Amino acid sequence: MCSDFIVSEPRIIETKLEFPYSRTLGPVMGAFFMALRDGQLLGIRAKDRRVLAPPLEYDPETGESLGTEMVPIGPGGTVEAWTWVDDPTQKHPLDHPFAFALVKPDGADTSMVSAVDAGRVEAVHTGMRVTARYRSEPQGLITDLEAWEPTKS
Amino acid sequence: MAANDRGATDIAIVGFAQSQSVRDAAPSEVQLLVPVVADAITAAGIERSDIGFTCAGSCDYLTGGPFAFVSNLEAAGAWPPISESHVEADGAWAMYEAWMRLQEGDIDVALAFGSGKSSPSNPAEVWAQQLDPYYLAPLGVDPVSLAGIQAQALIDAGKATERDFATVVADSRRNAKSNPNAQLSGDYDVDALLAEPYYRRPLRKHDVPPISDAAVAVIMARGDKARELCERPAWIRGMDHRIEAHQPGLRDITSSASTTLAARKAGYDGGPLDVVELSSTFSPQEIILKNAIGLGAGVNVNPSGGPLAANPIMAVGLIRIVEAASRIIDGTANRALAHATSGPLLQQNLVCLLEGE
Repeated sequence: MCSDFIVSEPRIIETKLEFPYSRTLGPVMGAFFMALRDGQLLGIRAKDRRVLAPPLEYDPETGESLGTEMVPIGPGGTVEAWTWVDDPTQKHPLDHPFAFALVKPDGADTSMVSAVDAGRVEAVHTGMRVTARYRSEPQGLITDLEAWEPTKS
Repeated sequence: MAANDRGATDIAIVGFAQSQSVRDAAPSEVQLLVPVVADAITAAGIERSDIGFTCAGSCDYLTGGPFAFVSNLEAAGAWPPISESHVEADGAWAMYEAWMRLQEGDIDVALAFGSGKSSPSNPAEVWAQQLDPYYLAPLGVDPVSLAGIQAQALIDAGKATERDFATVVADSRRNAKSNPNAQLSGDYDVDALLAEPYYRRPLRKHDVPPISDAAVAVIMARGDKARELCERPAWIRGMDHRIEAHQPGLRDITSSASTTLAARKAGYDGGPLDVVELSSTFSPQEIILKNAIGLGAGVNVNPSGGPLAANPIMAVGLIRIVEAASRIIDGTANRALAHATSGPLLQQNLVCLLEGE
């Protein structure tokens, strides 16, 4: 049925996908991003004493408010799972091959999606120890945690 | 369950239509929808004026403009005024809303459709925008990279191997040979697939679905109206939708607790199923979903080929339900389960259990 349509010149519409809003981040994410700017990762203490990272305002299981007990975590961490990106897109945090990974920061009970800057795929494995690398000029974004890199022993 | 056990509020699929999934459709999204909706109405043997409620599922991010979904209403025909709704989700969720609306009991027929054109955009960049805007979207982490992480987690957990992934792909493409709407089909050797280079290690390109454009529509009817319209309606035994944490690191991505719960709440009791259609967008997800639902080895999973053979985002979930329903309506199956998903790494899952008389 598609072939029944006679198509002339394609119509071109240029649009920009964006969130053109200023937002306040609230007590939990606000604290997280303020600390991240200063090179400190924070998790949040849940009712069951677990430390959740990245920190949320509400318990993902129960919907309960988690309060505001922020817990310093990192700068060391462990790769829990990973994939290798040979051909980074313009939207990716690094411009050379890297791993996207779930990294569990030391002191946290959950893991965060992050970039791992390991240089080559052979250097990456589940369970590898990594250390947070922060941007020298923070922007107030999650990418202020520029990447995790292999911990030098 | 016998027909006379059913009350007047029982709801069934009585007609459907879908377009062929293609890599780059020349018609616009609404042009894809117009003949599909018309064909579903014809297949059900109703008039447009019989439809008491219409619900559409699509994604404005794909078109790249706010309220892009409004133009899709041309396919339903909005004059004289109709009662309608839209979900920014797969058509399976539009069907869910229409199914709930039918349960009010004051209307007999409802239309639901889903449509998506991924071809004009770069899906890897578009879908990164739909993630949480604070912790995930700025990373530009695309669905394929997330699926690669999930695949490695599955391997590390000892729940699957790369050979299992390739076997899912070979099965999908072989099944798709009998599906005229599929995009990728054929006979593939598992060892040959495993010899392909990695795309997002441990995933290879064939573990990733194609980019697809398509539309799908279903007509549902209540009780006696369904029996009047269709010789063998596909009765909706149950439909349920469950959600887990958005952040992949806050849940077990090697299992799908929300699928398990949705299947149970939809009424699946572990009994035999003639057909199962799963929205296993990436090959490892078929293994996760089969485990989550509790499907044994002999179950006929994705006889259509599933999303690895055609992945028209926003239609692909409703197509699973249509593929299951079609086999009940044509008499080749009596009990079928269909699954749709949304969000990163199976965050949200919908299960629909269908039965013949």
